[in-house]
Amino acid sequence: MLSVYPQTKTYFDHWQDQTPNSPHAKKHGITVMSAVGEAVSKIDDLKGGLLTLSELHAFTLRVDPANFKIVSHCILVVMAIMFPNDFTPQVHVAMDKFLASVALALAEKYR
Amino acid sequence: MVEWTDFERETIQKLFENMNYEEVGPAALSRCLVVYPWTQRYFGNFGNLYNAVAITTNPLIAKHGITILHGLDRAVKNMDNIKATYAELSVLHSEKLHVDPDNFRLLSDCLTIVLAARLGRAFTGDVQAAFQKFLAVVVSSLGKQYH
Repeated sequence: MLSVYPQTKTYFDHWQDQTPNSPHAKKHGITVMSAVGEAVSKIDDLKGGLLTLSELHAFTLRVDPANFKIVSHCILVVMAIMFPNDFTPQVHVAMDKFLASVALALAEKYR
Repeated sequence: MVEWTDFERETIQKLFENMNYEEVGPAALSRCLVVYPWTQRYFGNFGNLYNAVAITTNPLIAKHGITILHGLDRAVKNMDNIKATYAELSVLHSEKLHVDPDNFRLLSDCLTIVLAARLGRAFTGDVQAAFQKFLAVVVSSLGKQYH
């Protein structure tokens, strides 16, 4: 994401090293992906389950929700890289649908 | 005019030199039809598109996927003037085929993902950036003649 969509680096001004492979970036990637993983267990009530995270993104981080689509796309690309044979079109559409739902739930508290 | 770095030019040329059109084209188009089902609206007379298996095994879709992928060859050969290169194709897609230009972006995303699966770790962030920049220019050029 930081390589392909350099505008996303603007949210990480507080890191000394904004290069894609920096320790900050790697650690944060794990944080984000873990949260996505947790959202799987809340799949039947994403709005409720992601309430606190939505408030965080809306009021504190103030990330433009357009970026949720960007990070979702990058997650899908990495999945294709890591699981070339398992990431069939059917799996892809399920993941895309899930990530879109997560993005929607995250945007809930914005306005 | 789009500025291309040497890395970007080399990356694009290399990606297409090693491209397996017969596999990547069908995979990208059929994936697009499965992941974004509304795109099926343009393929009314392509036969059975009832489910993912039907789509991914449909020979007409496969053939068309190859056609579309070869359509990118022109841009690869004319990276410094993609806009003019695709003026005619843009008119075709808008006036004759009536394709919503947003679909070009959807197909691009699927193509990126198919390529990522094939190249694995070689599909680094920098390679992906170059490829997506190339596709973005193509997508923009194809949308230019819509009015």
